[in-house]
Amino acid sequence: MSSILELKNLGFVYGQGTPFEKRAVDDVSLCIEKGEFIGVIGHTGSGKSTLVQMLNGLIKPTTGQVFLDGEDIWKNPKEIRKIRFKVGMVFQYPEYQLFEETVYKDIAFGPANMGKSGSELDFAVKKAAEFTGLKKELLQKSPFDLSGGEKRRAAIAGVIAMDPDVLVLDEPTAGLDPMGRDVLLSQIVQYHKERRNTVLLVSHSMEDIARVADKIIVMNNSHCVMFDKTKEVFSHGRELEKIGLRVPQITKIMIELKEKGYDVSDGVLTVNDAFEQISELLKKEGKIW
Amino acid sequence: MVRDVAFGQYFPGNSLIHRLDPRAKIIMLVAFLVIIFCTFNYFSLLLVTLFTVFYLAFSGISPKFYFKSLKVIFVIVIITSVLNLFYGTGEPLWQWGIFKLTVNGINRAVFVTVRIICLILSSSCLTFTTSPTDLTDAIERLMKPLNKIHFPVHEIAMMMSLALRFVPTLLEETDKIMQAQKARGADMESGNILKRVKSLIPILIPLFVSAFRRAYEIATAMECRCYRGGSGRTRMKVLHMSKCDIFSFTALGIMICGVVLCNIFIPAVI
Repeated sequence: MSSILELKNLGFVYGQGTPFEKRAVDDVSLCIEKGEFIGVIGHTGSGKSTLVQMLNGLIKPTTGQVFLDGEDIWKNPKEIRKIRFKVGMVFQYPEYQLFEETVYKDIAFGPANMGKSGSELDFAVKKAAEFTGLKKELLQKSPFDLSGGEKRRAAIAGVIAMDPDVLVLDEPTAGLDPMGRDVLLSQIVQYHKERRNTVLLVSHSMEDIARVADKIIVMNNSHCVMFDKTKEVFSHGRELEKIGLRVPQITKIMIELKEKGYDVSDGVLTVNDAFEQISELLKKEGKIW
Repeated sequence: MVRDVAFGQYFPGNSLIHRLDPRAKIIMLVAFLVIIFCTFNYFSLLLVTLFTVFYLAFSGISPKFYFKSLKVIFVIVIITSVLNLFYGTGEPLWQWGIFKLTVNGINRAVFVTVRIICLILSSSCLTFTTSPTDLTDAIERLMKPLNKIHFPVHEIAMMMSLALRFVPTLLEETDKIMQAQKARGADMESGNILKRVKSLIPILIPLFVSAFRRAYEIATAMECRCYRGGSGRTRMKVLHMSKCDIFSFTALGIMICGVVLCNIFIPAVI
């Protein structure tokens, strides 16, 4: 596998030179491989959102560089738009960016800006709508007539329609009902499986991250404190709690079982895995048969 | 970007000027602006300039921001001073066609430049050191007598503070929407005027939608807390005049006396 995104000593300071100066990201260096599903966690104000906004050149790092496919994205500032087509970014509450008369036109905004037209554009829009589970009849409606969840899907489709190599989602499930969250998340996973592209998911829900991510970036006080396989990161339950995060409930239960002397592993991510390990354990001790 | 405009921004602090009663600051500013335009010779002009510098020094805000606020009006200053330069009366020092340079014209140009600069600096000093809520509070208190002629002072002040409260929110919102549309490849930096205006549509529509939504929300929130207008409403922060205010009123008074004396004893030059 080859790396698609590389960050070198990346830093960003808001309002440099004013009394409101604030360091949001400080000296972050890491390497993201092609096709990985990365989770980004950190408490509010830890610099997650700022970090991901630098990945597609929406804000220019005050220090350090971002390499996309081995090239510095700010090498040629006039070409920064092209980078934005390659690294698609879905913001928090993306439904507030909808503006067109119909959902179809709104989803087409991105690919049309790329220069697509005709059947190519039509295909991109329909494919994106399909990925996000938008029904066909909704495409001709006004985006302002949709429900909250549908608006969210339409907005995400608007970014997916550009077919980016890297898709960044900043808390895509915030404010949705539990059912909507699960469905949207599985659609993102499905999309990742089919397109084999790289996905970065910023989330506050450790359960969601545990379910979908291969690797996790942990941000704390504008630093990247951990970047490792999901299992590894969640086996550091105590450290995560110290910086105001937690591990998924099931992981925590397993860690505590282990601390009590039971023979289970400490990076258990799903209820199913936990079930298997515990039943294995019980079988060994002859409690069930 | 939009945020780079220094004029009208508030910088929190605890300087002498910050601690002045906002009402005192407004009254003093109005008096000062009148005095600026009552300077007719160089001594009084010098007095006014020194007074401005003195106040800026006490505000504890970096001169950088004052220069920034001047940058906005730089063009206006240049145009008015050049116009005044050639509109003088009296013996021409130098003439070229209809353009004639006179001593009177040069004096006028100097006066108008210094006056405008002092005007902007002193008003910046007010907005830099006074939070928008304090400012509207003070305006409401100062305009209270107008209630007698059924002028809706409280409503206007409330609208002002609501509007001011939403300026940063809407700026932030604009920023967010711009980022989101840029992420979808919106191009706002190139093309002719027509294209650029068109490229604003994806930003303005979501912005209007959210502005209306926010207006409804705040109206509901205010009604939920039983807001029914100004009658019988007490305030959380009651304004008090303090020693600082008396001190600065005295300083201003002395300065005004100085200007008046200069005007009486020294002949006017414009």
